[in-house]
This record gives sequence, structure tokens and C-alpha cells, in this order.
Amino acid sequence: MAGVAVSTTINGDHVEYLCQPDETLLDVLRDRLGLTGAKEGCGTGDCGACSIILDNRLVCSCLVLGAEAEGRIVETVEGMAHGEKLHTLQQKFLEHAALQCGICTPGFLIAAKDLLAKNPDPSEEEIRFGLAGNLCRCTGYDKIVRAVQDAANVMKGA
Amino acid sequence: MNFDPRFSGRKFASVGTRPIRPDGIDKVTGRARYGADFNMAGQLVGRILRSPHAHAKILKIDTSKAEKLAGVKAVITAADLPDLTDGDAAMYDVLDNCMARSKALYDGHAVAAVAAVDASTARQALKLIQVAYELLPHVTDVDEAMKHTAPLINDTIFTEGLEEKPVKPSNVTKRSQFGHGDVHQGFGHADFIVERSFKTEQTHQGYIEPHACVANVSSDGTADLWVCTQGHFVYRQHCAQLLGLEASKLRVTSSEIGGGFGGKTHVWAEPVALALSRKAGRPVKLVMTRDEVFRASGPTSATSIDVKIGARKDGTITAAEATLRYSSGPYAGTWAEIGAMTAFACYKLDNVKTVGYEVLVNRPKTAAYRAPSAPMAAFAVESAVDELAKELGMDPVEFRIKNAAQEGTRSSYGPVYGPIGIGPTLEAAKTHPHMKAPLGKNQGRGMACGFWFNFGGQTCTDLNIGMDGSVSLAVGTVDVGGSRASLSLVAAEELGIAYEQVKAVVADTSSLGYNDMTDGSRGTFSSSMATISAARNAIKILRDRAAQMWDIPVDDVVWENGHAIAKGEKYGNLAALSLKEIAAASGKTGGPIAGHSELVADGAGVSFATHICDIEVDPETGAARVIRYTVIQDAGKAVHPTYVEGQYQGGAAQGIGWALNEEYIYGKDGRLQNAGFLDYRIPVCSDLPMIDTQILEIPNPNHPYGVRGVGETSIVPPLAAIANAMSNAAGVRMTHIPMSPPRVLAAIEAEREGRA
Ligand code: FES
Ligand code: FES
Repeated sequence: MAGVAVSTTINGDHVEYLCQPDETLLDVLRDRLGLTGAKEGCGTGDCGACSIILDNRLVCSCLVLGAEAEGRIVETVEGMAHGEKLHTLQQKFLEHAALQCGICTPGFLIAAKDLLAKNPDPSEEEIRFGLAGNLCRCTGYDKIVRAVQDAANVMKGA
Repeated sequence: MNFDPRFSGRKFASVGTRPIRPDGIDKVTGRARYGADFNMAGQLVGRILRSPHAHAKILKIDTSKAEKLAGVKAVITAADLPDLTDGDAAMYDVLDNCMARSKALYDGHAVAAVAAVDASTARQALKLIQVAYELLPHVTDVDEAMKHTAPLINDTIFTEGLEEKPVKPSNVTKRSQFGHGDVHQGFGHADFIVERSFKTEQTHQGYIEPHACVANVSSDGTADLWVCTQGHFVYRQHCAQLLGLEASKLRVTSSEIGGGFGGKTHVWAEPVALALSRKAGRPVKLVMTRDEVFRASGPTSATSIDVKIGARKDGTITAAEATLRYSSGPYAGTWAEIGAMTAFACYKLDNVKTVGYEVLVNRPKTAAYRAPSAPMAAFAVESAVDELAKELGMDPVEFRIKNAAQEGTRSSYGPVYGPIGIGPTLEAAKTHPHMKAPLGKNQGRGMACGFWFNFGGQTCTDLNIGMDGSVSLAVGTVDVGGSRASLSLVAAEELGIAYEQVKAVVADTSSLGYNDMTDGSRGTFSSSMATISAARNAIKILRDRAAQMWDIPVDDVVWENGHAIAKGEKYGNLAALSLKEIAAASGKTGGPIAGHSELVADGAGVSFATHICDIEVDPETGAARVIRYTVIQDAGKAVHPTYVEGQYQGGAAQGIGWALNEEYIYGKDGRLQNAGFLDYRIPVCSDLPMIDTQILEIPNPNHPYGVRGVGETSIVPPLAAIANAMSNAAGVRMTHIPMSPPRVLAAIEAEREGRA
């Protein structure tokens, strides 16, 4: 199969790559670009571990083709911190121990970032439904919800 | 070594605080490397061909077409993993499970594998492998499999543990029995007897990270394996044995692990990846798909359990009996045995008997899942205990308090208990505000107790003090949920320095002595014991070096708050030496300073929990929702309380999923019908409430700080707690887990009809 040439923006950087027409964006990020922050938990859109933001929309990168990123803006967990300074959500996830194994964490951080961008003051219920597309098997979600609540409070005040 | 592991009361400086974990930043920035995040130059992609049949003879495997496909570098079958197990039956089962030999024993059983230059070539190659099967009758249900008429899965198996050796082979591999007293007599003294039968369906650990590894075998007989595992030393032993490698020449590095819960204690695809790499002469990366994870790794047992409990009018239990049948997949296991041991462990019983049967079925090989076997037994027993309390007209908490095991009680599985937490967790439940909170329409409250043994085991730890006074701690127990933070706290505590001065890492198999798995809740318990021992050994050297620096006898030097202090008035002019100062001078006083420890951590200290839960049931659909949940559990000593809470919450959430939703669904054809997260539905954020926790600390007498394992007990009570809540909310006693909406609705309708 002939490769598809793609030119896109990832975490603010201009990036070009060649990919197969049937290759997922998740595989491109992980295997071609070395951005392994997004994880593959299922490959079928059911776990959210591969969550990224594509043109301001939260998507499962396992359901997007690499070729579809052409001319678009991609945000992944690797782009959340600025240098040494963590994003408030990252900081709050650490403080609240909202991760145990941490495999779901990149997906949750991206989903929570998208949630707070759209709803800066969510209720507990809105957080729970907003994050319902991401699976975590370790935490029971309690500390994740609290971390997002705390981050929302801090970010509102900022 | 004169290490004294006994508990000695002390005031803690570091232990019990809640610092941020040392591996945290990497995990929130996406830099942490899990099983699938590692690559090697020239690496190939491995994939496994799996049987679509539940039970079939493998007549012939033709790999010639696949081998000819451009880009395919190796194709292997069982012939490439010859039997080197030398009569070790358990290892032979592991080998056969990694790659089927004469028969495929379940839908998903590996039959061949390929390594190719990329994933799509590998996938294509799998399609070109031709396997000729002869289908055999299959059985997937545990009760069906026990019948004389059931298809035999392995005709060399004769039930062990019977008084007379059976003459016919059977799917029951073993019978085990526990207990004491005379249950027949005990039931004779009972005024009330409850007798019921229960079933639980098979569930999966559901870790979000699929099994993944990168294997690299060199032609000189050395090999490297990068893998997500709960026990890299055990993986090394198993892989070395199956591949015919020398253990010391196989270096296994454990990646960050994306959840295991017992499911990453067994090798599955790793020997296959090594065999592919050996044949191809290149590194091979093998990552399971989610479908493979469900079809070919994990699951728990499905069970069928009968329970009978009798009590006098005053609420004293006079006898308790259970028969427990656990499926183990197509290979022998000890799952029913563990279930039979745990079933009545919460209670003080004069007459108790449990009998376990291990049953072969055409399903994947059963693996451990958090307190393996205990949740099902507790579901049956704690449901019956609740029913009995109802018949007696007693409060379920009071009834349990009256019969709870205590220090000195002979447990139902044999040993006599030391100080234990069942009574205190029940007393805490009794006075917990949750117990008195009002309930609304269609809502009900339930509670239940749980027990887990906790493991100790072989542990090896190194503590190295750098010239700058920082401390690196190398442990061999994989960090599954924050243990590097806990162990750093312990090292800081013992040395009397700041948490930030310690950096804990999980060392690979070539850098440290053997360590057992992180299983049985042993990680923090046993590695903290080894860390304390290593730190104490380092302190001996630190004191010796200080004595040299001062030129005084070492017996006059004590270690306090991170400093060597010269004891006695005659040394009044000697200022205390800090660890940092002693470390800085180490080059001149005898070289590097380190403490090592190798031990078998004994006396893990049993663990008990009591859970309270409120649910709301929709009588029209049978759907149930947990609206409030409280976990009360004894931790011995919570080293890092936030991560202890996390263990309590995570186990409870898994138990809630098991109770209400999760199950393996097999078709008549013996194929798994829901091998994905869409149809095997684990709880999501919107399914659950906050999960409240209460940590009790009843020190374990066999650990210097009183620590007990905390990781598993929390999954034991939820099944029964929810079933008991269901009985109070909807008036139906559910005896089949999961309590999915159709099952609950059917029960509600049957109840309505019964009343009409
Ligand atoms: S990997 Fe994309 S949703 Fe699971
Ligand atoms: S922290 Fe392990 S899956 Fe969420």
C-alpha cells in the first residue's frame, strides 16, 4: 500500500509524516512519532485510554485514521505541561492520588481538560457523566472526581 | 542475620503521611513506560493465532503459506516450544496454555504465532495458517462439567483427595476439606437453619493495559524480556524453564504496569514472544488485543456453592457447612480449596465443614483475581448469614458481632488467630453514620464482611547511600499501586531522613536477588519488612563509620533522627554527624555504604473488612444503582493512607461491577460472546458514588511497624453487601451473580406472582 503524506499540528508543533491509509491516528502517534502517552486499552472506542483532542473535540484516537489528521490540530497529554510547570489537572491528579497504575491517566487528563474547557464549573454529576467514556479499573473513580473538582476550583479562580 | 520483625510501638515521622509518589510526574505527563511503550531497533511484530473452537483435536497445522509471505520472519507452533518441563505437571499446563499441543481446550487457545515486519503483514500471515481441527464435545458450565455424562476434558485426570482412588477419569481434579467439630451434631442444636444454593459467573480482572512484552533472544543464549508483570523474577524462572535458557542469562525488566489484580502473575504470551525472537533472530514485540485479553487471559472461576448455617434462638451459630465448586479452566487449580478456606473465616465456630471441588471446563485457564476465590464464597456465606439474622429477628450487624472470630479463635481453615480486625470493623460499622442515614423509596441497605489471608514470601532489597547522602532503594516487588512511595516512606522513617532524600526503583532480575510476585497483598508488607531490615543494616555501618571519624568505640554511637550521636558525657564536645556528613566521608572510612536484606517475610497478618452499601432498584427494569458505599478495613498500619484508601475504593468498585454487571457469556457453541469492554461492562464513573473509607489500625504483631496487606480484602464483601441491600430494597433474595437487570426483574416478577 502506498503511504499517505500528512501535515498536521501536534501540541503546537508542525509535524509531517507518512502513514498507511488504514493506520489509526493512535498507531501513528505511538509507533511513528514516539508519543506513547496515549494508550491502547481496547482499540474499539470503549475505554478512552487513547483520548486526544482533535480540533477542540475529544476523540478516541483509535477510531481516527492517521490520514484524517491532515491540516488539523491535535492535542495529546504530552502537550499539557509547560516546561516544568504542570497543568493544574496534572498537579491535582498527583495531589489527590487520582492514579494507581496510571495507564488510564493520560486519557482522563485529556477528557477532563476538554470537560473543563466546555464547562468550567461542573457539578459532581456532570463530572461523572463527562468522564464516563474513560475506564479506570484501579481507583473506583472517587479520587479522580475529587481531583477534577479541585482543579476546576483552582482554574476558576485563576 | 538478627533482624527482629516483631511489632514495637513507636511514634512515626514519615510513615502515615501522604506525600506525592515518586513515579507520579512521569505518569501524568505520559512519559512513564508501560508494556507496550518500549521498542527495540529492528523489532518485529508478533501475533498469535487462536482456536475458534471450545474443544478440538489439532490434526495438522500447515504454516507453509504464511512462511512464504513477504515480510514474515518466523512462524511457530507447539513444535517450537518443546516440552522441557521434566514431569512438572503445573509447568506443563503453563506450556500447554501458552501454545496448544494436541488439543485446543478453549475458544482463544493459542495454536500458532508469527513474527513479521509490521502488524498488517502479521495479521495477513495468521490468515494463511491452516489448522485442521476435529471438533470434540465441550462443556463450559461448572455444574454440567461435574456430571458423569459430561465430555471429558482430560482423560488422565482422576479426582484427588477422595478416600478411594476413583476408577474413572473425571473433570473434577481435586476434592479438599476444611473444618473442625461435628456439623451434624451442631445442626441438631440449632433452632433455625438456613440452607441455600448460589451461583456466580466468571469475571475478568479487567486491567486497562493488555499484556505486552518485547523479547530479544541472542544466538549466544542470552535473552532480554521487557514485560508488564506482577512478578518479573517468577516470569524469568518460568520463561527460562520453558525455553531451556539459564535463568541468569535471561534478564527480565518489569515495565510500569497498567493494572494486574492477579491477572499478570502468569506467563501467557511471553514464552511465545521469546520463541519467535529465537527463531527470527530479531527482537519481537507482542501485545495482546483486548479481544485476546478476554478470550485467553485472566478470568476468575465461575462457581456453584451450597451453604447451610444453623443458630440457636439467642443468635449463636451452632454449625456451618458449605460445598464449593469452582471452575479452573481446562487445567487443574486450587481455587475451590482457597474458597473453602476463606468461606467461614470471619466467624467463631465450634462446628464447621467446607468441601471444595476443582472443576475443569472449556474456558480460559483461571487466574488469580484480587483475593482470589474469596468473593464468591463470601457472597454465599454472607447472604445466608443475613437470611439467618432475618429469621432470628436480629440486626445483621449484631448477629455478626455475636459470632465474630476473635484473638485466640481457631479459624475455620485451621490456624488460631492473633489480634484481628473483624470485631472492630463490625463495631465501627454499627456506629457509622451511614448506618443511620435515611433511605428513600426503592432503596435498601446491606452490609457484609470479608476476609483475606495476605501473603508474605521471599523478598530481597538493596539500600544504597550515595556520597551526597541521598538514598536509592532497589526493590524487587513490582509497584502496582504506589508501593514505591510507601517504601520510600519506610526507608525515610527507619533512617530518620526526609522522604525526598529517598528514591525507590524496581530493579530488574539481573540487579537483585529473587523476589516473589506482588500478589496476595504482599508488596508493601514484605518489601517494607526487607526495607526496614536493609536500613538497619545500613545504620550499623553508618554508626561504625561515625565511630571511625570520631575514633571512639562503635558501641558508644547511637543512631537518632538521621544522625550518629556519641553517647555519654565524655563525648560532650562531639557534634552529631548527619547521614550526609558520614556519606560524604565514606571514601575515606571504608568505601560505599549500603544495607542489604534477604528474607522470607512471615506472618503477613490476616485482614478483615466490613462494607455497608445502599442501592436503589428500579422495579420496572430491575436495574440497580449503588447510591452510597462505605468500606471499613483493618490496615494494621497504613503506611501511605491515601494509597490505602485507593486500594479500598478500587476493590469495592470491582466488587460492585462483579455484583451487578460483569460476566463471561458463552454461546451453545462454547464461544465467548462478549470479549470486549462494550459488552463486558465494567463500572464507569457515572455508575458509582463516592466510596467512603475508614481505616482501622490493629497492628500486625509480626511486622516492625504493624503493617498488614491491604490490597485485596476490599473486593470480598461487595457481592454479598449488594445482594443483602437488594433483598432489603426489592424484597428479593438474589442467589445468582451478577444481579443484572434481567435477573433482578425476573426475581421481582416471580415474587409478585408468588404473592398474587
Ligand atoms: S483504545 Fe481507544 S478507546 Fe480504548
Ligand atoms: S489508575 Fe489503573 S486504570 Fe486507572
